[in-house]
Amino acid sequence: MSAPGLLGIMRLIVARDLKLAVRHWDQVVQPLIFFVIVTTLFPLAISPALDELRRIAPGVVWVAAMLASLLSLESLFRPDVEDGTMEQWALSAQPLSILLLAKTFTHWLLSGLPLVLMSPVVGTALGLPASVWPVLALSLALGTGSLSILGAIGAALTVAVRRGNVLLALLVLPLEMPVLIFGARAVDLAMQGESVVGPLNLMAALLLLFASLGPIAMAAAMRISVET
Amino acid sequence: MWLWFHKLSSPPHAFRTAGRLRPWFFWPAVLLIAIGTFGGLVLAPEDYQQKDAFRILYVHVPSASLSLMVYVAMAVGAAIGLIWRMKLAHAFAAACAPIGAWFTVLTLATGSIYGKPMWGTWWEWDPRLTSELILLFLYLGYMALRASFDDTQRADRASAILAIVGVVNVPIVKYSVVWWNSLHQGPSISKLSAPSIHGSMLWPLLVMMLGFVLYFAAVMCDRIRSEILRRERNASWLSEIDAET
Repeated sequence: MSAPGLLGIMRLIVARDLKLAVRHWDQVVQPLIFFVIVTTLFPLAISPALDELRRIAPGVVWVAAMLASLLSLESLFRPDVEDGTMEQWALSAQPLSILLLAKTFTHWLLSGLPLVLMSPVVGTALGLPASVWPVLALSLALGTGSLSILGAIGAALTVAVRRGNVLLALLVLPLEMPVLIFGARAVDLAMQGESVVGPLNLMAALLLLFASLGPIAMAAAMRISVET
Repeated sequence: MWLWFHKLSSPPHAFRTAGRLRPWFFWPAVLLIAIGTFGGLVLAPEDYQQKDAFRILYVHVPSASLSLMVYVAMAVGAAIGLIWRMKLAHAFAAACAPIGAWFTVLTLATGSIYGKPMWGTWWEWDPRLTSELILLFLYLGYMALRASFDDTQRADRASAILAIVGVVNVPIVKYSVVWWNSLHQGPSISKLSAPSIHGSMLWPLLVMMLGFVLYFAAVMCDRIRSEILRRERNASWLSEIDAET
């Protein structure tokens, strides 16, 4: 059997993680339920009036998405580190950064993409007009990618720490603030009927920057975490 | 040529050097801050628009620029420690974080004390204040990550990565916040920026700035000495140091 190339290896990792996710589907669904519950809190706390909710809806959806993505990060690397898979990866001849990037991509497929698909429903509940849906979905698609990568760096740093999830939030949230700013602003601009090209371009640029530099930081952090 | 560099990475040598340098930083810092305070509070003329309230800038501006400078110094120290595996550079980075965090707190505190009479509110979601607040969060995250490891070496390397990721992110945060705000409320950006500053007001500020930098260096000497003591608590050279002092 010939050894698979890097793309083949990435495909194998994505397939394996997807299979694992199907077998533990409750862990995939929980952040989604959390996302819906958080967005429900705002009408209860502020006001049920739709025109009032409409004003804050972009921010609400984005904050909820950020928290939901944070919630699923904890289990991103932990099982593999605990059962020793990660050590084998660190020792293997393949670049660890690429392997971790594949895992992060799967994380996005399982946590970011469902949020994108859910966003029209949640947006409608908060009074967002249908004309804004594409922008909301696109901004979430670009932004949750950046969130997954930044979060994966934090997860790799804290995976060896006991009770690391509060720490993880503390480290990752300040770094994610630019994504939140651009994401919520794009939706806001779309609601006012203005051009959203600027913030969406910036978000795409951030995603490219994080996707190219992030895996290096992830791999360096993971090597520190798994060495004994 | 690189001998001094290698010598500096030896803990006993660095410990002695820091101890010897400290008074050379500390006393000029005290002198300069005293001169700057006198110049700023007494000699400098009253601002025609802001009256005496502007005088807080003699503390605010130096601490604001140091809060950023210290973060960059911390990241540089962390990178040197990570690349050349120099323990002393890690000790430097670890010592930077609390000092930088305090400068950030001081900046925020003086900023809101200034904001009360000027803008009529303690807090304004002004881009500078907001990005300063995010900088404080970055410092706190760095210190929290350090504190969560028992093993010093691991803490060094993990926090070094965070410092480097953070320093890449600082300009992004800065510009995103400016951009976020410029869409929200245009005029507030120029609230702080004085169009130009007269020489009689400027020189105490420069003196203060230099005094703050020297003060940072003096505190750093103390902190790095205690950091070395903590890391080398089982080393044999400590008993010799003990005999010297």
